[in-house]
Amino acid sequence: MKVADINKTKITCYHCGEFVKDSGFQIDSKSFCCRGCQTVYEIINKNDLCSYYTIENSPGINQKNTVRKGKFDFLDDQQIIKKLTHFQDDFQQHVIFYLPQMHCSSCIWILEHLNNINAGIIKSQVNFIKKEVIVIYDYHKTSLKKVAENLTIIGYEPHISLNDVRAGKIKTYDTSQIVKLGIAGFCFGNIMMLSFPDYFSLGNIEDAALKYWFNYLNLILSLPVFFYSASDFFISGFKGIRQKFLNIDAPIALAILITFSRSVYEIISDTGSGYLDSMSGIVFFMLIGRYFQNKTYQTISFDRDFTSYFPLGVGVVNTDGTEKQVSVSTLKVGDRIRIHNDEIIPTDAILFFGKATIDYSFVTGESLPIEKSIGEIIYAGGKQTSGAIELEVVKEVSQSYLTQLWNNDAFDEKNENKPRSFIHHVSQYFTYILFSIAISSAIYWMVYDSSKVWNTVTAVLIVACPCALLLSATFTNGNMIRILNKYQLYIKNAFVIEQLSRIDTIVFDKTGTITEQGKAEIVFHGNDFSAEKAQLIGSLANQSNHPLSKSIASFLPFSKSLPNKHYKEIKGYGTTATISQHQVKMGSAEFVLHKTIEHHGYGSKIYVSIDEEFVGYFAVKNAYRKGLEDVINSLKSKFDLKILSGDNSSEEPYLKYIFGDSTELLFNQKPEDKLNYIKSLQDKNKKVLMIGDGLNDAGALKQSDVGIAISDDTNNFSPACDAVLSGQSFKILNDLIMYCKNEKTIIYSSFVLSILYNFIGLFYAVQGDLKPVIAAILMPLSSISIVILTTGLSSLYELILKK
Amino acid sequence: MSAIFIMIGASLLLAIGFLVAFIWSVKNNQYEDDYTPSVRILFDNTTIQEEKNKHTKE
Repeated sequence: MKVADINKTKITCYHCGEFVKDSGFQIDSKSFCCRGCQTVYEIINKNDLCSYYTIENSPGINQKNTVRKGKFDFLDDQQIIKKLTHFQDDFQQHVIFYLPQMHCSSCIWILEHLNNINAGIIKSQVNFIKKEVIVIYDYHKTSLKKVAENLTIIGYEPHISLNDVRAGKIKTYDTSQIVKLGIAGFCFGNIMMLSFPDYFSLGNIEDAALKYWFNYLNLILSLPVFFYSASDFFISGFKGIRQKFLNIDAPIALAILITFSRSVYEIISDTGSGYLDSMSGIVFFMLIGRYFQNKTYQTISFDRDFTSYFPLGVGVVNTDGTEKQVSVSTLKVGDRIRIHNDEIIPTDAILFFGKATIDYSFVTGESLPIEKSIGEIIYAGGKQTSGAIELEVVKEVSQSYLTQLWNNDAFDEKNENKPRSFIHHVSQYFTYILFSIAISSAIYWMVYDSSKVWNTVTAVLIVACPCALLLSATFTNGNMIRILNKYQLYIKNAFVIEQLSRIDTIVFDKTGTITEQGKAEIVFHGNDFSAEKAQLIGSLANQSNHPLSKSIASFLPFSKSLPNKHYKEIKGYGTTATISQHQVKMGSAEFVLHKTIEHHGYGSKIYVSIDEEFVGYFAVKNAYRKGLEDVINSLKSKFDLKILSGDNSSEEPYLKYIFGDSTELLFNQKPEDKLNYIKSLQDKNKKVLMIGDGLNDAGALKQSDVGIAISDDTNNFSPACDAVLSGQSFKILNDLIMYCKNEKTIIYSSFVLSILYNFIGLFYAVQGDLKPVIAAILMPLSSISIVILTTGLSSLYELILKK
Repeated sequence: MSAIFIMIGASLLLAIGFLVAFIWSVKNNQYEDDYTPSVRILFDNTTIQEEKNKHTKE
């Protein structure tokens, strides 16, 4: 079989850039791969939007899978319009569409020129990072449905899911963090400037009036820092104490409070100029650290549940046979719904009419689609793959078998007994030591010079607050998150890094996780056959709806199905037909060769004969991810590996071979079984990393210590998890975990450095002689060296990933 | 020495002006999307009519 040779002279589609097979479609001396791409070109051309093609080459989205007409009929429903649009006045409505197809600057260009296609659109603006477009349109001239259809015909079908209409969905962008940071920076800079005369004359400013004014100006400038910018530390510290837990924010808040009150006292009593510069500086640096650490990947949503996966609208068939689009959430038991090809079944229902071949790979992990006959129950979440069917609803959406999983305790937010970062524990020890130093110096001065007691105690607390520890942690985590993003592991928050470094057990899902979603590996064993024979076999395979035939049909390089006669399909055996006067047969060995052949190895075999002459057989098996063996080999020695699959055990021999005999392999696992299995591992004090991809893994991902969802396209749906890993980076999973293990080392080493600075500060503080200028030099010096050390070290460890 | 009071007042006012501008830009959601505007600014600002003319010439 020489598939590769076919596309020697490569013509690519002007619209989408795919190879054009045969002659393709031609217009304006441009070639297109399919009718759909050509249509989009014609529309773009007609509306004078051809700059689309000049900004980037072949920017279009492949149109081979066309969208059914009437798909957006549910957008005429006033209830739905009201929920989807987020602003409306007398003549315009604003709506935000999520367009996962957006990928280049041409996309931005055309989406911001939508009013050329539909004059009712007033304005459209793209947010490329979020892959969203906000459309403002005049709803007297056009409608939400028309806008959605306009987007669809140029190849950007909006993704509208049930989640979009849930209450409180529109998230407002939180700006307070940035404002706090900005104000702290502003005040810090100005206070520093006003303190310069004080530094240079080391406390003896000649002009008393100037000193007086500068001090009070500093005091005014420090108020927004203390009351606004630093408020998060006070709130969080107070919350921690109320839950009887001393977190890192509590001692920091205490240090800020003491610094501020001592400075206020010194200024008002005119005994000194205080440490307001150091205070605002440290708040500023800590806020930068927090901002840097929390700047996680915006485009990825980590808390999706089934509602993001389910469609919003579904066609309900009325008694007179007409179809009406309604919102999925209003479906009632007994409703008759029509599901079209490639649509998701939104709730448990009984097949009433049509041929159902349901792809459950995402929901249960079964790799091959299942055929259902009339009267059988079809569970929610499956995707119909063979034409339109009609179903009768037996359960409401929120009650279906699949959505029940979300009622489990693991999804109850309040129930969470959150583990805490080691930073807090370190800061506790740090605080104890600090207090004992403060107390012992207080006792010392009480004996020798009681006037210095108060001075000393406050100075010790000012100099040695655990802000250095916080800075180390935030900058290390921020940089590590950035580096992990580069290697396509997108982390929900910084704590996941620490959790990931602690795990000792890794549980894999099979379908879609270690195998590639929707791909089967097909190998033909036998004599090379001609293109003519390939066409015969392909034509037969194309006729059958059996999943195996379908994968063979897509594997064979044939252009057109030939007409057939005497087509026969025997369930469980095979299929046969007469095509161009040849009798073609394919199926089991028994059916094709009339004898049983002992089956060894793994996967399925489909035998083929033409005119009763044996041609060869196709071996079809799951396509495993590239580099699976290497990854497993590197993980095997360090972690306990397990496999939890919703699929049957047909791949067991191969998995045994890769994972070794000691690995536990469990098949036919329901979503709840997976969740409970993780729980039982945790009861044995295991730290579990779960790697999955589908809705059936959602419970296990949530229950595990770290849940990583693997996704070949990060725009696709992925269930709630702690991190999303791109399929391409699966092969470096071991290196990624090893990289995370360095987090603690980096934080500790920068902490040791900051303690050195603390000793210098303490040396002055315990003597009761801490000049503001010393504090003002130590504070930025230690902060900056911490930033350099942490980012430097975490970038150095990146070498682990580079190799 | 009184000059310095005026100068410091002026510099503070100026700085506060920038701070206000910064807060305004944040509240105006200019920090929400820091990628798309960088692409948008590079598009030719041709009107549809110009575009049509270009095509008839071709």
